[in-house]
Amino acid sequence: MRAFADLYAALDETTKTNEKIAAMSKYFSTAPPEDIAWAVHFLIGRRPKRLIETRKLVGWAIEEAGIPNWLFGESYQAVGDLAETMALLLPSAQASSDLPLHYWVEERLLPLRAWDDAARRNSLIDAWRQMSEGQRFAWNKLITGEFRVGVSQNLVVRALAEVSGVSTAVLAHRLMGDWEPTADFATQILAKETADADVSRPYPFCLAYPLDGSVEELGAVGEWQIEWKWDGIRSQLIRRGWRTFLWSHGEELITERFPELEAVGGLLPEGTLLDGEVLPWKDGAPLPFTQMQRRIGRKELGGKILAEVPVVLLAFDLLEWNGEDVRERPLEWRRQKLEEIVAGTASDGHLVLSPVLDGTSWEELKSTREQARARGVEGFMLKRRGSPYRVGRKRGDWWKWKINPYSVDAVLMYAQPGSGRRASLFTDYTFGVWNGDVLVPFAKAYSGLTDDEIRQVDAFVRNNTIEKFGPVRHVKPELVFELAFEAIQRSSRHRSGIAVRFPRMARWRTDKKPEDADSLDTIRALLPKE
Amino acid sequence: MATLLERNPNGLYCAQGDFDIDPWSGVDRAIITHAHSDHLYAGSKRYLTARAGEPLVRARLGSDARIESLEYGASIQINGVRISFHPAGHILGSAQVRLERQGEIWVVSGDYKLVPDPTCAAFEPVNCHTFITESTFGLPIYRWLPAGTVMDEINAWWRSNQQAGRASVLFGYPLGKAQRLLAGVDSSIGPIYAHGAVEQMSRIYRASGIPLPAAAFVRDAPARTDWTQALILAPLMSKNSAWLRRFGRMSTGFASGWMRIRGTRRRRSIDRGFVLSDHADWPGLMAAIEATSAERVWVTHGYRAPMVRWLAEKGLEAQLIETQYEGERDEAGGATGAGGEAETGADGEPNGTDEV
Repeated sequence: MRAFADLYAALDETTKTNEKIAAMSKYFSTAPPEDIAWAVHFLIGRRPKRLIETRKLVGWAIEEAGIPNWLFGESYQAVGDLAETMALLLPSAQASSDLPLHYWVEERLLPLRAWDDAARRNSLIDAWRQMSEGQRFAWNKLITGEFRVGVSQNLVVRALAEVSGVSTAVLAHRLMGDWEPTADFATQILAKETADADVSRPYPFCLAYPLDGSVEELGAVGEWQIEWKWDGIRSQLIRRGWRTFLWSHGEELITERFPELEAVGGLLPEGTLLDGEVLPWKDGAPLPFTQMQRRIGRKELGGKILAEVPVVLLAFDLLEWNGEDVRERPLEWRRQKLEEIVAGTASDGHLVLSPVLDGTSWEELKSTREQARARGVEGFMLKRRGSPYRVGRKRGDWWKWKINPYSVDAVLMYAQPGSGRRASLFTDYTFGVWNGDVLVPFAKAYSGLTDDEIRQVDAFVRNNTIEKFGPVRHVKPELVFELAFEAIQRSSRHRSGIAVRFPRMARWRTDKKPEDADSLDTIRALLPKE
Repeated sequence: MATLLERNPNGLYCAQGDFDIDPWSGVDRAIITHAHSDHLYAGSKRYLTARAGEPLVRARLGSDARIESLEYGASIQINGVRISFHPAGHILGSAQVRLERQGEIWVVSGDYKLVPDPTCAAFEPVNCHTFITESTFGLPIYRWLPAGTVMDEINAWWRSNQQAGRASVLFGYPLGKAQRLLAGVDSSIGPIYAHGAVEQMSRIYRASGIPLPAAAFVRDAPARTDWTQALILAPLMSKNSAWLRRFGRMSTGFASGWMRIRGTRRRRSIDRGFVLSDHADWPGLMAAIEATSAERVWVTHGYRAPMVRWLAEKGLEAQLIETQYEGERDEAGGATGAGGEAETGADGEPNGTDEV
């Protein structure tokens, strides 16, 4: 546990990519494979299913700390992180554990789920007593499943590549899909050669960059393949070994949630891997994404929901063909084969080819793009002709050219403290718009401000609180922000009757007074026609 | 029960004696606990402070101010109220103020810490009926490691920076914290430089007989100075300034009690946080309160509400009082001017010291 807690502290201490990679390389080159497997598992953000109710864990920590519940609550408000609050409040550490990470995970962490409360309590208290403060913190993070330390999968891959000499593309692929964090696995990922035998394993997704400059800077329009940018669940549909797997971009295996697409998989030629978006779809057009959320939330998919919210895979790329990895082949080649496969699959409408748009000039495309909102898409995808299918987010070949978001001027109404690095700063805001002369809460937003602006808003909140409800402050209606969002829907769950997608703060409108903010009527006018 | 002090618009006022303690605007007679600028405001007609702190108070107020001082433990009577100063262990010359009238004793702690600090006299508990305590770090999450351990961490960081070829820039209060750092680090590791705001204060310490290693003014260093071996002590407000650029490749550190919390550490975008405070931690606050044997405790600046509730649950008569003292801030100087004043000048409350 010592090396792992040190690694956690080292990663936590720096914002510099190279230092993070160096810290991980050092760990990977010295830790035993059993520990490396678990470290990779946690570092790339995987976590065990919930092991224990947080309430119980906290209860035992409070007991061990010997403080009243309310004082734990006050402390938590100041820290903003549960695992850390517990680590800071436990009695001063008298020891430090030399036992390896895999011992702690396999013998002490995972069994928590099966044990009764008495055994859990004894084991956890004993664990805390064996650990230093830093170890307790990392350990608590593992238990609460909030182990995040600001490294992306990409950085983990780079560190593994440094230690093993295997290329990052191969390593990224080895880390995809469903694997068990065992010593064998660690040995395989670091091995020069492995039979990459797992039939379910997807490829790392090629991700687009948002177009920041003008589209003309991309050169001639003819060098680009243009498609709509669909707002669905980015997924890979795999047919290998006469089995079908559907992986989401979040690397979740979602085959069972989409029986229609599992059926499509059964019709694909053996050794095929399609990349596309899973979308709720009816009458040749996407349904609002809120419909998809209705479906995703359900464990059991009845006939009714399947009929009301049918889905399609909108396929736009082909990564494996006849069992061969074709990611290095040029875009046109992959598109050609993809079209043949879609045409040859009697999918009953559940496999749809993402259409390629014609455009002879950027000007013409700009006017076509105006239809995006009416079509329920987010804009265009621009893919460089001749380009391979790359690993991860690389600048240059794939661009997303989104339509401008909706925007609304709204008034800050409520604020509450954030968590993690925003702990004890008021960073989570609720905004309202006018309904007559009353402000109605309309959207919550957390992102878009600079650290400096956050500090200013934080000071405002502290000095202009009208009421407190627990951690939430009701503030004087004074600050106006421009909120941007992607889509707007009617909603019976929101007081304003409106739900918006991806709201964020586009600008702090210091030039505007609260009375200049938008009204609910103006916003209702943005709703799609019934 | 006699009330020796009351809250008035200037802070804590003694009606019988007609004087204010650490008033935040000009009054006839100001009793000063220490020279940090949230406790010492200009504009009063007369000031009274502990003798060890007089040079610092003088430096802050200028040569025209009328300042009197008393040795620790000595007392004078003002309008029938006996006043004496007792070491608070916070910074050089920091004092608790003891007031006595007709057998009733009140003590105002000012800012304090209990752990030893070679740059100032150690905190002395004073028996009293009413104790007015600060609570900057009044939550049990605040627990300090021994200063020696933190100095070892700083020394190790400095050495590793030297090996990596980068300057070690350590931020901290120019008054108090910086001198404690200067006295505590291993000066054989390499040359030490200081920002002007720090060195001005250090000179007063040296003149008061506090031994501190030499630190050169950064501004006197020749143009091609090799900073990679150096430790540079600077106020946090210099963090985003052009002044800092001269050091080239550097690692930054910040010595503050707030660095105990990961969120505040990360938010500062400083490479290393060192948990070193000149305020009492939670066990320290509790020990200090207990040592006074006071039955009544007023709690000022910091996490007042939890402290009050905790003390009340322990059977003390505890009460929260409003002040403008800020305790230890973790923010860089905002709109205030240059020099040492800006660092300790008003710049809004620290995160988390809001009334909770």
